[in-house]
Order: sequence, then structure tokens, then C-alpha cells
Amino acid sequence: MTQWSGYFGLILQGALVTIELTLMGSVLALLMAFLAGMGRLSRFFVLRALATAYIEFFRGTSIFVQLFWAYFVLPFIGISLTPLQAGVLALGLNVGAYAAEVVRGAIQSIGREQYEACTALNLGRWQGMRHIILPQALLVMLPTFGNNAIELLKATAVVSLISLTDLTFQAQVVRAQTGNTLVPFTTILIIYFILALLISWGVRSLERRMARGLDGVRA
Amino acid sequence: MSASAPIIKIDGISKSFGSFKVLDGLSMQVMPGEKLALIGPSGSGKTTILRILMTLERIDGGHIQIDGEQLYHMERNGQLLPADERHLTRMRQKIGMVFQLFNLFPHKCVMDNVTLAPMLTKGTPRAAAEKRAMELLEMVGMADKAKNMPAQLSGGQKQRVAIARALALSPKIMLFDEVTSALDPELVEEVMNVMRKLAAETDMTMLLVTHEMGFAHDFADRVLFFDRGRIVEEGKPDEIFRNPKQERTQGFLKKIIAAGHRV
Repeated sequence: MTQWSGYFGLILQGALVTIELTLMGSVLALLMAFLAGMGRLSRFFVLRALATAYIEFFRGTSIFVQLFWAYFVLPFIGISLTPLQAGVLALGLNVGAYAAEVVRGAIQSIGREQYEACTALNLGRWQGMRHIILPQALLVMLPTFGNNAIELLKATAVVSLISLTDLTFQAQVVRAQTGNTLVPFTTILIIYFILALLISWGVRSLERRMARGLDGVRA
Repeated sequence: MSASAPIIKIDGISKSFGSFKVLDGLSMQVMPGEKLALIGPSGSGKTTILRILMTLERIDGGHIQIDGEQLYHMERNGQLLPADERHLTRMRQKIGMVFQLFNLFPHKCVMDNVTLAPMLTKGTPRAAAEKRAMELLEMVGMADKAKNMPAQLSGGQKQRVAIARALALSPKIMLFDEVTSALDPELVEEVMNVMRKLAAETDMTMLLVTHEMGFAHDFADRVLFFDRGRIVEEGKPDEIFRNPKQERTQGFLKKIIAAGHRV
């Protein structure tokens, strides 16, 4: 009879690493999404080009390769990252590239009449963006951001390949030590699912809170 | 500047959308405090004039002076250069606009819709901005809805808030672009009443684009009839509506009356 409680402790430790990665990766992804998404709408060609290059490159290459690159190749140019740093960097940059397109699309979905009202009220470009356009666009972004966050959560499994002790890594440890495949992998399957559910709920309640009053019914 | 100088001086402006020439060498002047109604068939360029004055459309040629200063040009060492954003920002302070579709900010309550621009663009403290906003909302009869969201208001109420919002910046010139066209018939009157009051109580210069001929008649000191980007006829409301001289004006008014609009 295997002593499962110790192994569950191991898996829970892995869950904490996965959560940590997801949170830190999401923060970086969000930052990149707004930088690149708004960069693509910039008046300045250089900013547009930089943003487009970033988005196309990180969407167009594999997250595996990006992660290996961050962890194994960067040291050759003098940048040594811990597995956690490499994981956050690769995940954040990768998912940020997808989310940047969400930011751009949401900003562009706000009607021309809102921009014209900003001009007529003499708001500066940044003032209009910050007070009028972004608050409305954010509501459009949220559901897709929720998707992106879940994608990021699931993508964290790849960091087990660079020896970061996340959920997937710990499940493999348990499997190696116990010879049992069903229990560890079913357990982490369920944990990933629960974490994804938590993200869904979180995003949805945020959405409800932000939409309050917009349709005149829920105010 | 003497009192008799025009506050708006439009000099030979033209504007095309693609191959469609909306304005073709148009010139006109507006005196301070004048209430002007711009009428004419769709596509005659009257709304485009308002949008150009609000800097929502750029002109292809010509000059515009507002309050003695070039709108789209800056004078530097005796030369006229294209206006930069800073110049436009300064010029826009003189002008306010109310839109056909209200363009309220849906995520802000009525009060915030009105106070936002004065606080951001003029640095008005919140307390002062809200006090002024309440006076304006009082004037348009919307004080009791100050905390409501735009989605909770009827079209007429939205438009009255939009009027208060534009007035909050105390512009010298107000532009009204078909402000009753999107309203249900029974709501048109409440907006018109606010504007009549505004016209009677302030010395602001006002330009009104409308298809409500009866309203144009009451509101305006002078009526301009536009067709194909040109002023076909202008005069006092009584002259234009009772006694139009040009054939095109007569034809337009006949059509409008046939369509059931009051004159």
C-alpha cells in the first residue's frame, strides 16, 4: 500500500508553483498586452513596427522553443535565469502576444462617436484613452482575457521540462516513485480543471461588476 | 477686437470625401451672438461645416478664422503653417458641439459626464465642477437624474444631458448637429424648449443644423439654405420660410412640408 498522503503533499507543492507561475505570467502578459496592443495603434511607425514584430514573433513560434531559448540559450549571452524566471518570461511574452491583439481589437471596437465626443470636449489623446476608451474597452477584453489566462495556466505545464517543480513535474515524480500513473495524473487533471474554473469565475464576477449600470438595468 | 468683427469667418473652404465634393469654395461669416440655422437636403454639406468647425474633419483648402484666430493654421513670423495639436486644443476651447446621437459616455453617470471635461481640461476642482454641473443640469431639467447612468435615460433626457455637458466648458460657439433627429416625436419638444431657453438667455453664438423648419424659424436670427455645398439663399427666417426667392429653396421647403414637417 502506497503512502499517498506524502505524495499528495508533493503535488500540492507543485500546485503552488503552478499558481505562482500563472499569476506572475499573467501580470507580465497583461503588461505586454497593453504595451503591444496600444503600440499597434500608435501614431508612430517605430512603435507600430516594434509591437507588430513582437506579436507576430511570439505568436508564430512555439512556447516550448521560447522557453528552452529563455532557459538554455540566454545564458550564452550572459543572461542566466532561474527556471521560474525563464518560465514567467516565456509564458508572459507568449500569452501577452495573443492578448495584445485582444487589447487592440477591443479599443477599435469602441465606436467613432466616443472618440468624437472626446475631441468635442477637448480631451487630449491620452485623457480620452484613459477615461473614456479604455474603461469601455476593458469590458470587451475581459472574457477573452479569461481565455488567455486559462491558456496560460495550462501552458505552465511545459516548465516541468526545465526542471521547475510545478504540478506536472511533481506528478511525474510521484509516478516514478510509486509506479502508479493513474492516480497522480488524474489528480493533477482535476487540479488544473479546478484552477481553470476559479479563473473563469473570477473573470465573470469581475465582468459583472464592471458592467453594472451600463445597460441601465443592473445599476 | 471690435464688437462688429465676425466670430466665425469661413473663407473659400473645400472638402471632398473621395470623389464627392461636399464643400466647394464656401465662404460665410457669423457675428458674435448670432443664432444661425443651416437647412438643406441631405448631403448638402451643412453637417460637414459643423464637423469642420469642431475639427472632426479637416479641410482640403481655404481658411477659417475663429474669434480672430486661424483655426487650421498657425501664424509664425508672418507665415501660415498647418496647426499642430496644441494650437487645435487651444482653439477647441472656444467651441462646443452637441451630436445627433448624444455621444454620452455610457460608463459614467450623468454628473460625471458633465464634470469630466472641465476637471480634465481646465483643472476645475471637483466641487466647483459639480456645482456648475448642477446649475446646468437644473437649467436643462435633469438635476434629479444626476446620479443616473445614461442607459437609464430616454433619448430626450440624454440629449439634454449632452447639452449640459457641452455648456460646462463655457464655449463661445455652440454647434448643434441635428440634435432632435434621433428622438421619438414626443421627446423632440423637450429638447427644443431647452434650446429656445438657451438661445434667449445667453449671448453664445449658435449654429444649428436641423430638419425641423418650425424650430429653425423660432430659433434663428438668420437662416442659410444649403444645396450641393453652397449657400443658395440666406436671410431672416420669415424671408426664407414665407418668401423664398430661389427656386431650389422653394422646392426644398415644398418637399419638407409634404413630408409632414411643420413650418
